Amino acid sequence: MKARVTVTLKNGVLDPQGKAIEGALKSLGVDGIASVRQGKVFDIEVNTADKAKAEAALKAASEKLLANTVIENFKVEVL
Amino acid sequence: MHAAVITFPGSNREGDVARALTRAGAKVSAAWHADYDLPAGTDLVVLPGGFSYGDYLRCGAIAGRAHIMEAVRKHAAKGGLVLGICNGFQILCESGLLPGILTRNAELKFICKMQHLKVERTDTPFTRGYARGQAIEVCIAHGEGNYICDDETLKRLEGEDRVAFRYCDASGVVTAEANPNGSLNGIAGIYSDKRNVLGMMPHPENLIESLTGGTDGLGMFKGLAA
Repeated sequence: MKARVTVTLKNGVLDPQGKAIEGALKSLGVDGIASVRQGKVFDIEVNTADKAKAEAALKAASEKLLANTVIENFKVEVL
Repeated sequence: MHAAVITFPGSNREGDVARALTRAGAKVSAAWHADYDLPAGTDLVVLPGGFSYGDYLRCGAIAGRAHIMEAVRKHAAKGGLVLGICNGFQILCESGLLPGILTRNAELKFICKMQHLKVERTDTPFTRGYARGQAIEVCIAHGEGNYICDDETLKRLEGEDRVAFRYCDASGVVTAEANPNGSLNGIAGIYSDKRNVLGMMPHPENLIESLTGGTDGLGMFKGLAA
């Protein structure tokens, strides 16, 4: 099964990279962008057909490595 | 004093720190990230600077979960000394041995320059070679040195006097202008709750002889080796 883990910065954590991207979009003249926050997407292939098992594995992967929960949130999706 | 310097794939300051420790009179052994045990008789574990695993995922994230880190965790739990410099500090935060995290410098630039640090306390093996409040001049070289943590952790670090060094000006005054990377409260280094683990972004190991810019870093290694 295919799965996806999305890691985003928690609210209130400064994101200088997102700010720089936001500034670049403004300087490119792209209209309608209010703000940008940068995150990470992990596309993962799981070797089980059991959705609950897959979600448990992805949660463990996120907590152990993919996200640093001091500053980041994560979302697990089995696609 | 028997120090073990761990090399991770992408470490590049292991030679510098081994040289500084040897100069100060310590016995130095090499340890490897994939080892399960530290060299027998290790008093001090050093996690050197560099770019372990190419800073992939987050700085120090993958190295922080290397086999050897379990042995480092046990060593620290027994009260053994651990020093993480630059990427080593990032690894200590990622492994959970120190709280908080080092994020991208506020100005987004990699900073490589000389920098003054205020020594906050001198009753630890790491800083007994210095005077309290002394402004030492060492160097910094990092892109992700912006120390952040949640409010509760910051309160605890300050309340328990666990800030080891702060970025300051040449006269030892901690100012916003002297803070190169946006770190909370000008934090350049912190201790664990028992003060046997120190993580710091600056590089004292590169300031051990006047020929190469100064000797203010030597006090740390002499203090450790004493």
